[in-house]
Amino acid sequence: MTVSVFRGFRTLSYRERRNLLLGVIFTSPWLIGFLLWTVYPLLAAIYYSLTRYDIMRPPIFIGLKNYKDLITSDETFRIVMHNTLYWVALSAPSGVISAFLMATLLNTRILGRSLFRAIFFFPAIVPVFVTAMVWRYLLNIQYGAINAVLQELGLSTIPFLSNPQLVKPTLLVINMWAQGNAMVIFLATLQDVPRSLYEAATVDGANAWHKFWHITIPMCSPVILFNLIMGFIGSFQYFTLPWLLTQGGPNRATEFYALYLYRNAFQWLRMGKAAALAWILFIITVVFTVILFRTSARFVYYASEEERG
Amino acid sequence: MIHSSSPTPSWQIWTRPGWWRKLSISQVIVEILKYFILITLAVSFLLPFFWMATSALKDDSQVYTFPPVWIPRPAHWNNFPDAWNFLPFNLYLFNTVVKYAVPSTIGTVLSSALVAYGFARIRWPGRDILFSICLMTMMVPGQVTLIPLFITFKKMGWVNTYLPLVVPAYFGNAYFIFMLRQFFRTIPLELSDAARIDGASEFAILFHVILPLVRPALAVVALFQFMWTWNDYFGPLIYVNIRPQWTLALGLEHLRNQATQVGTKVLAYPYLMAVSTIITLPIVLLFFFAQRTFIEGITLTGMKG
Repeated sequence: MTVSVFRGFRTLSYRERRNLLLGVIFTSPWLIGFLLWTVYPLLAAIYYSLTRYDIMRPPIFIGLKNYKDLITSDETFRIVMHNTLYWVALSAPSGVISAFLMATLLNTRILGRSLFRAIFFFPAIVPVFVTAMVWRYLLNIQYGAINAVLQELGLSTIPFLSNPQLVKPTLLVINMWAQGNAMVIFLATLQDVPRSLYEAATVDGANAWHKFWHITIPMCSPVILFNLIMGFIGSFQYFTLPWLLTQGGPNRATEFYALYLYRNAFQWLRMGKAAALAWILFIITVVFTVILFRTSARFVYYASEEERG
Repeated sequence: MIHSSSPTPSWQIWTRPGWWRKLSISQVIVEILKYFILITLAVSFLLPFFWMATSALKDDSQVYTFPPVWIPRPAHWNNFPDAWNFLPFNLYLFNTVVKYAVPSTIGTVLSSALVAYGFARIRWPGRDILFSICLMTMMVPGQVTLIPLFITFKKMGWVNTYLPLVVPAYFGNAYFIFMLRQFFRTIPLELSDAARIDGASEFAILFHVILPLVRPALAVVALFQFMWTWNDYFGPLIYVNIRPQWTLALGLEHLRNQATQVGTKVLAYPYLMAVSTIITLPIVLLFFFAQRTFIEGITLTGMKG
């Protein structure tokens, strides 16, 4: 291996060798960073996941016990997996739908489009830790504005954050509310859809719904896939909002994967178990992404391939 | 109605006298419905922040009255300085900006530009494979690498300093490398070749030819990185969780905990909302002045895949 690389290097011209050297020099921050901040921790996490380790004392090798305990006997892990899968399955699609509909609305003829766009985008730039404080207050059962409005309308108050049945839907709505990034990406995509397609469809007698379903959605499908994948990866790591808004409660209804991992690592100092959790998360994410990419060929339309073919 | 392809731009319809006579009843209904939805959504996006800002001006009795007051009279403007000084938020501001946001922004811009140049403008064997690996690292959840990194930083004595948050920023950020590479590739290769013939080194080409041409892109990187660090809660929670090192995010959380611990402590919510408003304000101003940069940046990274 080394010999062939060496020979390969020898056969390069002076210019090629110089370029290889320059390329490596310029990309070296990332190359070194990749080894230090990605490769090493990924491998080290495997090792730590096979140990019992509380940072104070040296790690004790215990084989696959962490994994076995998590899967077979950890009641909380079961609840956490349930919560997380619920969250991933619902928050990513609902977020994408929300962003897409907002973008579609903004892409129609409206007065003051850039003002509306700025307002729709706004919740996405406010720090999540601030958003959490504001929602906590707004949704407060006694002093919050939302319940006060309900009461004034003669309705009963709703325990948004203190009812285990309601808290996840509440988080879903807050998630749909802060979709500015995805919305801006969709809006740019919508503006790139050739107008001629719509004109041709109009000539053929298509109504607005047909055009939306047969032109807008297929033309945007690669970007829908991109936003969906980003949404899935993000929702597996959902931490700050539930941590600050509900602390995983009530009754562990919002105890998501990242919260449980954090508790294990930094509250209970079970670094080994946390590393096992991290690797399970990694495997789930990879499998999820691969499945999405594989199945996407069926429903994603790539305009450029069509042109080439 | 959504995509009717009339050649008249939307706003021109409204400026013509008697425009409403040209619309059919169903069009009028659609238009009314559209603006109704738009305005309802806009209100739902802004109202929480309006509530935040006005609640900052309340005193205890105004917080606990029913129905809640939206605009308190009298307004207690001194809540802002009082809340800010209730905890040493000046220190937390200093930590957030000087120890975290600025050094990590400088590092990210420099290193990402350097790496992006290597991936975009120099042709070398192995480049494309490494670049696709670089893109794949974006998919690795941060929590997977968290535990070993924390253990390593702990052993190095870096925990409770800003080094674990700032040093990795000097090794390039895959997201920005990708974005800058897209920009670099749009610059004609002839420009670099001309500089090479004049005897310029690759570093000179990067700094004197390429970077001045992509200033808007560098602004996007700087803006985003600054905003991410300003908005970051998780990083400081893990690495700088001692009082003198707290960031604004951790200070605000502590203020919240104090408020809830004491129960109906006087001014708990107004103080919380006052500090929240102050922390949000710079982001709002940044967004206001750099809206185009924001939106172009997101569009570029999200689309040109």
